[in-house]
Amino acid sequence: MALDKPYTDIPGTTVFDAEQSRLGYHLNQFCMSLMRAENRARFKADERAYLDQWPMTAAQRQAVLDRDLNRCIALGGNIYFLAKIGATDGRSFQQMAGSMTGMSEEEYRAMMLAGGRSVEGNRVLGEDGDAQPHHQPQGRR
Amino acid sequence: MARITASVYTSHVPAIGVAIDQGRTAEPYWRPLFQGYEPSRAWMRDNRPDVVFLVYNDHANAFSLDLIPTFAIGCADSFLPADEGWGPRPVPLVQGHPELAAHIAHSVIQDDFDLTIANRMEVDHGLTVPLSLLFGQPRAWPCAVIPFAVNVVQYPVPSGRRCLALGRAIRKAVESFDAGLNVQVWGTGGMSHQLQGARAGLINRDFDNGFLDRLIADPEDLAQMPHIDYVREAGSEGIELVMWLIARGAMAAMPPKLIHRFYHVPASNTAVGHLILENP
Repeated sequence: MALDKPYTDIPGTTVFDAEQSRLGYHLNQFCMSLMRAENRARFKADERAYLDQWPMTAAQRQAVLDRDLNRCIALGGNIYFLAKIGATDGRSFQQMAGSMTGMSEEEYRAMMLAGGRSVEGNRVLGEDGDAQPHHQPQGRR
Repeated sequence: MARITASVYTSHVPAIGVAIDQGRTAEPYWRPLFQGYEPSRAWMRDNRPDVVFLVYNDHANAFSLDLIPTFAIGCADSFLPADEGWGPRPVPLVQGHPELAAHIAHSVIQDDFDLTIANRMEVDHGLTVPLSLLFGQPRAWPCAVIPFAVNVVQYPVPSGRRCLALGRAIRKAVESFDAGLNVQVWGTGGMSHQLQGARAGLINRDFDNGFLDRLIADPEDLAQMPHIDYVREAGSEGIELVMWLIARGAMAAMPPKLIHRFYHVPASNTAVGHLILENP
């Protein structure tokens, strides 16, 4: 019998469950290695060589090189692990979160100051809120 | 005997720690938030606990994907602040209370909660930001702290029902400890926030304030809320709020006295909620 996963119909949201965790194990453990200052330095010196030491998929390595956090999450990454990449790059959580919406840093910050993103229209796929697939990417381009 | 005198609830946003550490609390962006904690700091000066039992979640710092304990109790003498990738926060070493922690672990495991015992563990912003919010920037934290880490990173996380019942088991454990200690239980994390994907930045004031109302008045009913409601309404990281039910479950059965209630949007990506409840 299949597991009950009632959370697959939320727009713009990937719940990090045991299945995602299995897919992303090596990607996330690579991220953990960046908690050590000497590893951050080695990664920054030659990103591709550092990534090649980890048994990640080619797609996962490319997503890291591209700093494409949405792609990293689709491939099993979790934001708290991916945040170590942001820290290595000197980026804040707000910059990282904003980068996943398509908005500029200023647009995202302004949205948060104005009270954040509304849940209206963003609860279930098929509604018309700003996080729905047909409204991506967000922000002025 | 030891007794639980009060519970404290607060968000533990990392950017709050950065603002404190960099001396930016008076900036226009941050001032309203820190003003909301001033009554709490005053109350804390008059109601200083001997031990804080601090419920929080680790954010991929003490625990990688190698080991994912659902509930881990810190039984060490002390706990180092973790380097989360930006360097460790410049905050004091966290002193534990190994005797009380071991006593609680023993009692709670006998009550069917399968805790993981952590005899060496670093602590991240989930634990140190609440300490900074309530105690400021002292040279040493003014009390012992028992870290209690809950997995809310990898789904499924423990249910609200389980968390409330665990809180009750913790209360029973504390009350059977022979030394006369004043213990507070803190529940941290939340409120609404989502840090990933096209829905990043989600904030839900109605949900959050309803959560605060129900946590105070009817935690039994609130504990029945399924995970999907947290995720859909309060964001994928809003699920952290289940941890508040552990602290609420540790309170006496009669209605608590509300000392302080505060809500503010935003702190970085997050809605900040804060409560202090005293046992009657």
